[in-house]
Amino acid sequence: MRLLLQMLFVALLTFAGVAHAQAIEPMPFKDHAQELRFQHLTHQLRCPMCQNETLADSNAPIARDLRNQIFRMMQQGKSDEEIKQYLVARYSRFVLYDPPLTPGTWLLWFGPLLILLGGAGVVLVAIRKRSRIGSTATEAPTDNGDDW
Amino acid sequence: MSRLLPFIGFMLLVGLFGFGIWWNTQHDPNAIPSPLLDKPAPTFNLPQLYEPTRMVSKADLLGKPYLLNVFASWCIECGVEHPVLTAEGPTLGVQLVGYNYKDAPDDAKGWLAKHGNPYDLLIADEPGHTAIDFGVYGAPESFLIDAKGVIRYKHIGPLTPDVVAKELKPAIAAMLKEAP
Repeated sequence: MRLLLQMLFVALLTFAGVAHAQAIEPMPFKDHAQELRFQHLTHQLRCPMCQNETLADSNAPIARDLRNQIFRMMQQGKSDEEIKQYLVARYSRFVLYDPPLTPGTWLLWFGPLLILLGGAGVVLVAIRKRSRIGSTATEAPTDNGDDW
Repeated sequence: MSRLLPFIGFMLLVGLFGFGIWWNTQHDPNAIPSPLLDKPAPTFNLPQLYEPTRMVSKADLLGKPYLLNVFASWCIECGVEHPVLTAEGPTLGVQLVGYNYKDAPDDAKGWLAKHGNPYDLLIADEPGHTAIDFGVYGAPESFLIDAKGVIRYKHIGPLTPDVVAKELKPAIAAMLKEAP
């Protein structure tokens, strides 16, 4: 049983390697710096087809096409910002993993802060209530409404 | 009152989750709203599928509205959509332009020979570069383009009888009313 599990583990690792190798085809980069820039950029962009993967990781044909397109644009000397603009114009802001601050994303950006503040408010109220009860009656109250 | 508070909180959560379920049945959560909607369609110049030496450009198609339907022989959902296109195509009142996407021409022709050809015109984009300009990310996709070359409506995924009746036909009617 243990041997079987080990074999399965090795097989899974092997196939994971294969899948990864397929996703990233060798591209004739000018130099290592450009390759790093390409990797960095494609990790910031979402594949429109398989929406939980980055362009760098995805095996979908459209992701491959978009990687090739990004590569071509890099060879043409386009900046990261220009490449992002190009993709946003075609696939909407959806392709950006880092959503820009716009009226449509306010809730996304500040929602967690609002929830945190709300939680802090609840805690403050609860503490005040307890300390008030604590000052009026030294005995632990049996029913203060907080039994949940 | 304070005893009821947990129950109220619970019901609020039930309402929230219920809304989430309802909302996800009302729209396709994976569909990306196209930024190209109500904007001029990208320019293109693509060969015809059956006569690859003859090119069709966006300018050639101006003057008459058309439905640009992105399909491929390798696309399973396109097979689901095909009978709907065949049945509804002639009733739409616009030209049906087939956009063969990233397909080997022989595969596409074989597929059309087998399933029938509902298209008035067929163009082929084997490398798929032009499709990026259209923001295509998965076939089938359909673009309703008016006589001035503006994208009026886009549908991602197969056109079903329901989508045709509730979305496509009203979009065509609105377009024709505006510019007969």
